Amino acid sequence: MSSTSDSIRQVLESHGQLPVGISTLRNGDDLYQNGLTSHASVNVMLALEDTFNIEFPDSMLRKSTFQSVAAIAEVLISLGVEEPQH
Amino acid sequence: MSASEFRRTLLDEGILVPGGVTGLYHRSFAFERIARGVESYVSHAGDVAESRRLYFPPVMAKSTLVKSGYLRSFPDLVGVISTFGGSDRELPALLARVDAEEEWSDLLVSTDVAMCSAACHSLFPLFQGDTLGRDGTVYEIQGTCFRHEPSEDPARMQSFRQHEFVYLGTAEGALAHRTYWLERGTELLGALGLAVEVVVANDPFFGRAGRLLATGQLEKELKYEITSPISSAVAGAIASGNYHEDHFGVDFRILLEDGSPVHSACIGFGLERISLALVLAYGTHVDQWPGDVRHLLQLETGRLAP
Repeated sequence: MSSTSDSIRQVLESHGQLPVGISTLRNGDDLYQNGLTSHASVNVMLALEDTFNIEFPDSMLRKSTFQSVAAIAEVLISLGVEEPQH
Repeated sequence: MSASEFRRTLLDEGILVPGGVTGLYHRSFAFERIARGVESYVSHAGDVAESRRLYFPPVMAKSTLVKSGYLRSFPDLVGVISTFGGSDRELPALLARVDAEEEWSDLLVSTDVAMCSAACHSLFPLFQGDTLGRDGTVYEIQGTCFRHEPSEDPARMQSFRQHEFVYLGTAEGALAHRTYWLERGTELLGALGLAVEVVVANDPFFGRAGRLLATGQLEKELKYEITSPISSAVAGAIASGNYHEDHFGVDFRILLEDGSPVHSACIGFGLERISLALVLAYGTHVDQWPGDVRHLLQLETGRLAP
């Protein structure tokens, strides 16, 4: 079963339009510094909502929410997304 | 005075004439004299060579709506021109709808033409595929823009003119252009006696996703506005200075000699909004305005500013 981080990585792979492969980035690496554009981050946000069946509250619609895989995971957990049991 | 009271005054005094649809106005000669005075005043401050001054029509290539990213970010504000694309055989169906006073425009087909979204959007395609020198280039441009946002507030017209100074070149050059023009613009508009203020701002990006774009724009301080009371005591933007980063350089493949995309910046003066702000401040009778303001805007004669 895939972890939350793996699912986030899949969303970034499909919607992040990153110039580098997501597999080359660590969970803490800054996605914007690695080429995530503001328009691509919008697509990432919408895809995360679909994937995890959540809705980001307005207060979380800021760049820092999508800064890194780790930052996204932290926000998702705060929104009640549970790490799958292994 | 509230915006609706001001609107009433403008219409009663014949400064603006209702255009038949909310937010659409015809301009009286008195209003046009002010707007062109403002145009001439701002233009003189720029001192751009004639070969780099362009006046765009109110419409542009539809493809520019996509390339500029405007459609993606502001789909609710755009306008696209449609026309009848059928033959003799299809015409009666259209006219039957018209005669029945039913909606008919869905029987039209889209053309290659769209309403101009922002004056500088018509400029960037002219450089598509070009390579610019490190010094960059500055253009003075004017365009009549359309925004589908019908409002009773005369400060928010559906059709209005932007007079811009646009820079294309390096990142440092773009930021310097914006800094220079925000200061110069504040000085120019302040000298007309307007209560101006410079504030960080964001564009009205569409929807929830747009909030993400807006907060990003604010965090990076990409957009500043010069504000003033326009149609009421509430201040609104009468000019704005925008740093586009390399957005248009990438989208229109405009490069510097080192192969990197150009950065760009613009200052846009809203001719209608500045004119309204002046009417709000000094009244509907230009002859009674302060002498120095009339002098700066060349309003002493009864003619349009050259």
